[in-house]
Amino acid sequence: MTVSGPAEESRGMGYLESLPRRWVTLYLPLLCFLIVLLFPFYWMTMTSFKPDAELMSREANPFWIHNPTFAHFEKLLLHTSYPEWMWNTIIVSVVATFTSLAASVFAAYAIERLRFRGAKGTGMAIFLAYLVPPSILFIPLATVVFQMGLFDTRWALILTYPTFLIPFCTWLLMGYFRTIPYELEECALIDGATRWQILTKIILPLAVPGLISAGIFAFTLSWNEFIYALTFVSSSEVKTVPVGVVTELVEGDVYHWGALMAGALLGSLPVAILYSFFVEYYVSGMTGAVKE
Amino acid sequence: MRPFLDNRNALGLAFMLPAAALLLVFLTYPLGLGLWLGFTDARIGRPGHWIGIDNFESLFGDSLARLSLFNTLFYTVIASVVKFALGLWLALLLNRHLPFKAFLRAIVLLPFIVPTALSAIAFWWIYDAQFSVVSWLLVKMGLIDTYIDFLGEPWMARFSTIAANVWRGVPFVAICLLAGLQTISPTLYEAAALDGATEWQKFRHVTLPMLTPIIAVVMTFSVLFTFTDFQLIYVLTRGGPLNATHLMATLSFQRAIPGGNLGEGAALAMAMAPFLLAAILFSYFGLQRRAWQQGGGDK
Repeated sequence: MTVSGPAEESRGMGYLESLPRRWVTLYLPLLCFLIVLLFPFYWMTMTSFKPDAELMSREANPFWIHNPTFAHFEKLLLHTSYPEWMWNTIIVSVVATFTSLAASVFAAYAIERLRFRGAKGTGMAIFLAYLVPPSILFIPLATVVFQMGLFDTRWALILTYPTFLIPFCTWLLMGYFRTIPYELEECALIDGATRWQILTKIILPLAVPGLISAGIFAFTLSWNEFIYALTFVSSSEVKTVPVGVVTELVEGDVYHWGALMAGALLGSLPVAILYSFFVEYYVSGMTGAVKE
Repeated sequence: MRPFLDNRNALGLAFMLPAAALLLVFLTYPLGLGLWLGFTDARIGRPGHWIGIDNFESLFGDSLARLSLFNTLFYTVIASVVKFALGLWLALLLNRHLPFKAFLRAIVLLPFIVPTALSAIAFWWIYDAQFSVVSWLLVKMGLIDTYIDFLGEPWMARFSTIAANVWRGVPFVAICLLAGLQTISPTLYEAAALDGATEWQKFRHVTLPMLTPIIAVVMTFSVLFTFTDFQLIYVLTRGGPLNATHLMATLSFQRAIPGGNLGEGAALAMAMAPFLLAAILFSYFGLQRRAWQQGGGDK
């Protein structure tokens, strides 16, 4: 996935390039990209620490805070259901991720290594399932959730998130299992190991990086999910952060921009922090799923 | 127990069971149910009766549904083209020799990983009619006199939502294409340089052909996500002003959930499927990877 340094350097004759030219063709455009891509985060942070008077002023320089305040965070954490939404999001994301990951490990192993009759077709079906967008599925899924009596519970989300997590994780893990030499398994079979022993003692330890990739990606997907959480849940106590912020913090025509931005910032931080620890795994999960 | 554990078919079936059960109940069955609902007059709390293609007929004659189709196509085409152009440019920039390369790549992807609904709220505030920071900057620079009403005027709202979508999508396209760029062997560039190729020729005749398969896959995903986009519009405009930004997904939500008209909503959602299928087939057959692009003629 990542190419070593020397190979990249030998690619062009970059060292012949003059510095001013490098500035115009490389650093300047890159700087513009970075400013635009990061500005909304800067703006979120600024707004969430600004007192209302500064937010509603057209005179003061909006790019800086003159009297920083924690009032918005205080309002958010003490006077809204935000902590509950956070808790719901954590539970739903963690449970959905681990359930999907477990189901996907077995499915991917069966498709890729047991090669049971119909394994190829099953693999194809998994990929097609990955292409079904939630916006097409949410209306009939809402009636299913309702018929099962799951409407307005966390279970509605925990059980429906695997519909997009399992296809993704299985597809990713299938690719990963393919890179593990088959000979290892044959050796173990000859030594009298059962399939279960092979899976738990040989394949899984070797597949840890793949499992982390799939897990991190699945966790962020569940954390960011919106349309199912908006449709299948209606009480404040079971809402997730994205839905809670959008539906409950906006009251009438008065927008509490400070609290809204504080909510957006706090809701983005957990995935951003997790991502920062596992960047390589996340990127290889994302590009791996696309490349297969 | 032993013979069972050694039988590949039986064990394979057992291993597939958890995933298959979840997917059949919550994906395959709803998909079929959705198709059926599209042909019924189901409402929330009342099972529907078969009414044939009435829903599709009425949607065809519904000017709002037609407008949402236009909006969806416009949104998808413009956003995808811009995402591709900017994403490719950013990927090429990140592929050059740079200090702090890994760090830069990591922060570039941030817009893609944070919850879209939450970053959309940030855009909502940036687009605010009275306190927009963009308007503030443009006024101070003397470029405009009055604050821009980003989300209040139909065409302005269309372009503002597209800009937010592009902001979120460019990192995805760029990082995926970057991964593709890194697999292109440097020897190809050396050979081109020895033959006296210019930078443009190297890009046109080495980079682009080698990158085509991954471009096809990445753009298919990008088009799929954009065509079925929901949350960005729901947060920024709820389809307004004058329904100018209503996409098929947001309109089907509005008809089905707050409107209670499940049948019509399902029909509208199902109407998206042919477009998605066409996009997938186009990319599969039109831009299929060829053996030489995989780095060898052995396949």
